[in-house]
Amino acid sequence: MKIMSRLKLFIPLICFLILAVFLYRGLELDPQELPSAMVDRSLPEFSLPQLSVQTIDISRADVVGSASLFNVWATWCIACRVEHPYLHKLKQLGVIIYGINYKDNKADALQWLEQRGDPYRLTIADVEGSLGLDLGVYGAPETYLVDSLGVIRYRHVGIVDERVWTSILQPQYQQLLDAESESLEEDTKL
Amino acid sequence: MILAVIKRVALILLCLTASAQVLAAIDHHTFEDENLRQRYLSLVKELRCPKCQNQNIADSNSPISNDLREQVYLQLKAGNSDQQIISYMVERYGQFIVYRPPLKGKTLILWMAPVMFLLIGLACIVFLVRRPTESNSVAVSNTGTSQRIKELLNEEEQS
Repeated sequence: MKIMSRLKLFIPLICFLILAVFLYRGLELDPQELPSAMVDRSLPEFSLPQLSVQTIDISRADVVGSASLFNVWATWCIACRVEHPYLHKLKQLGVIIYGINYKDNKADALQWLEQRGDPYRLTIADVEGSLGLDLGVYGAPETYLVDSLGVIRYRHVGIVDERVWTSILQPQYQQLLDAESESLEEDTKL
Repeated sequence: MILAVIKRVALILLCLTASAQVLAAIDHHTFEDENLRQRYLSLVKELRCPKCQNQNIADSNSPISNDLREQVYLQLKAGNSDQQIISYMVERYGQFIVYRPPLKGKTLILWMAPVMFLLIGLACIVFLVRRPTESNSVAVSNTGTSQRIKELLNEEEQS
């Protein structure tokens, strides 16, 4: 009985510890980072003009086929300016990047690519933001990792830099490449 | 005097409610149908802005909120039901976008936590209220003390 009442004295301490663990975990959580509803879902269908060649519309079928990144950018987006040089680096590494020019002025966007270089295989001009809406974009830059079947595997909100690439995107991208080459081998065996 | 106080309170209330009106983003959408307008207003209040968290898309002036309001407007005009519009948003932005999450496995804790805390609170109250009676019974069982109390009470009555 006496031990029980002694133990009761520890209840506040236990409560404090539980609370402390929760709050400590909270320090590391970023409330701005939302899980994308589009992960593991197919890239939405679209039919939008290409930024450079405005006469021809491109669709989902034109950009799906191998593991690639879809980078949502705009000239009004300050963070995109910071991100841009790293995209060139990724291009040099052989990563396929498609650009989605999100709610932007076409002339400004073309000028931007001329000045800063064009790391994209092609850029989709999403002037109205309709593709952005279907993707659940809520701010640029955002980067989507899409596999060879056109399924969205990961969405990164914010700048892609060395740290993000090596710790988050690269491992998943490599996995997709490995899966691709495996399925290719199987095809040749058959 | 009292009238002055009432006037002052009324003035403060007026200021507070007026400023609440200013919070809402400027909205250019117009409806001929009053019913449609009401549905629009309740929808934009219930949908949450993905960029500026803890604001609904009615209050927020961010570009994404403008787009989402436009989308709600267009879909209402197209004759879509409230449920269709909400699922359209959830499909793209996830459960985060609705301020009233549906009752299911993952959100169960959201709905149950208030009830749980209420029960914990009630349990605490019951525990605290019942404890003194226990200590009373201890005091009564102590014959010496109860004897002394009786004596004191008797003295009181006699005086």
